[in-house]
Amino acid sequence: MSSPQALGPILELKELHCVYGKKIRALKGVSLEVCLGEIVALIGNNGAGKTTMMRAIAGQLKPEQGTVNFSGRSIGGMPAHEIVRLGVCLVPEGRRIFPRLSVMENLEMGAYARPRADFKQEYEHVFGLFPVLGERRRQLGGTLSGGEQQMLAIGRAMMAAPKLLMLDEPSMGLAPVIVDKVFETISRINKEGVTIFLVEQNAKRALAAASRAYVMETGQIVLSGSASVLADNPSIKKAYLGLQ
Amino acid sequence: MKRALPLILIAAAAALPWAVQGTGAAHLVRAGGIIGLYMILGLGLNFTLGYVGLFDLGFIAFYGIGAYTAAILAGLGFAPPLTIALAVLSAVLVRFLLGLTILRLRGDYLAVVTMGFGEISRLIINNLDAVTNGPKGLQVPPLRFFGISLSENIYYYYLIMAVVLLSIAASRRLENSRIGRAWVAIREDEIAAGLSGIAVGRLKLLAFCLSAAFAGLGGAIFAYWEQFVTPESFVFWESILVVSIVVLGGMGSVSGVLLGALILSGCPVIMQAVLSPEWINYRYLFFGFILLLVILFRPQGILPSRRREAELLNESS
Repeated sequence: MSSPQALGPILELKELHCVYGKKIRALKGVSLEVCLGEIVALIGNNGAGKTTMMRAIAGQLKPEQGTVNFSGRSIGGMPAHEIVRLGVCLVPEGRRIFPRLSVMENLEMGAYARPRADFKQEYEHVFGLFPVLGERRRQLGGTLSGGEQQMLAIGRAMMAAPKLLMLDEPSMGLAPVIVDKVFETISRINKEGVTIFLVEQNAKRALAAASRAYVMETGQIVLSGSASVLADNPSIKKAYLGLQ
Repeated sequence: MKRALPLILIAAAAALPWAVQGTGAAHLVRAGGIIGLYMILGLGLNFTLGYVGLFDLGFIAFYGIGAYTAAILAGLGFAPPLTIALAVLSAVLVRFLLGLTILRLRGDYLAVVTMGFGEISRLIINNLDAVTNGPKGLQVPPLRFFGISLSENIYYYYLIMAVVLLSIAASRRLENSRIGRAWVAIREDEIAAGLSGIAVGRLKLLAFCLSAAFAGLGGAIFAYWEQFVTPESFVFWESILVVSIVVLGGMGSVSGVLLGALILSGCPVIMQAVLSPEWINYRYLFFGFILLLVILFRPQGILPSRRREAELLNESS
């Protein structure tokens, strides 16, 4: 099996700096790579800058300095909707589905950046990944359970046919059984050829799903490597996995 | 029955001038026309306030820009279809330029800036004597089509009614389109909308400009009907009234906005007839009282849109 890294990076951050307001430096020169077909995890404590990095890649935050390249193209500072058009989708922290739009309408909005079509195949694809969404297609998004909302958020992102799917804390606030399901689907989506970059506080889960991982602390990458090696690293075990 | 109701209402509105002709209630034709103008304004504002949730406290400025553009061009001898088209265009153009600069603001900040714009526009009209004749106002020749001069209320009543029907059709059509749903998505969660690939800025600007088109059109008709425009017609109170129409009726609900316009702009007519002279000065007090009751007991509006209703019910539960 050829390693995904041989295929070259699809996403590349170089010396990325992000600042909130004038003073708070959330990212202090972060560099990393995600290669085509990989699942890469980013782990770290609260306030390490993980979400900031996701926001900067997705176009919600202008990097102060440094570059973000996607498929060899610089996307740093582009507006969010244009980045989606290029094939980079972020499932945001806290899901952020549209509560007063129906499940179908939520999914329709996910395909907004694409040329007009009836998207029948795409809907079927999402309902294949998450049958429960198919059963509730007419229901308002806000009436779904937390797990179903997370599925809807992932489904909405899939409607844009992303090449790179980013997920910010997909397990947050979900029951363990549901977390299993979400991670199962993530690896299924990956097998369909979508590159995955995910942020997780649940380091154990993230390291089990990912091929490689980066560890962040106070705005910097402090460790990186293969996920299985990191999972055995004593300091990671202690700091993030709760093992002695 | 539910399907027949709109047709019955349209028929009733169309029959009103004939029914009251020659009776003591003939002034109702004029009142009906004014209510119709507020319906056009309300449906226009509904695009921004109702669908996208952008607060706008200076909306009447675009009604004024439409009215003054028509008045000035008519004074220069331009023919009505052209003056009306240019009135709409100028309202949209100003709105576009304003939107480019201020639409990044949200909520209260947007409300304050639009309110400022409304007042500034009125003050400019008031002081630009060379063009607008200042507070003395401008005379406007009556509408002329095919050599017939239209000055009777009844002509304007039907013209306004036609425009109201057009506004309803446009609203309904957009509300059930991809664009309409994207507007709702922006109202619900701007960040998630951007991440879904919705060009948030562009769609807000579209709603913003569209609402000005209706205001401009209404303003041009108003100018021809009154045959006179003054800055007095475009004061802050009018902006508040249009916002109240949308909020009272139900934000984002076409039938709600129509009912809101009927109630709020019809109120003075009713009170004028019902209240004795010593009470007439208190009419704004009653008006405020009605608004207060609605906000206390029916915050979603009298005829809320299905979505808005869901929104408020969820919040209270």
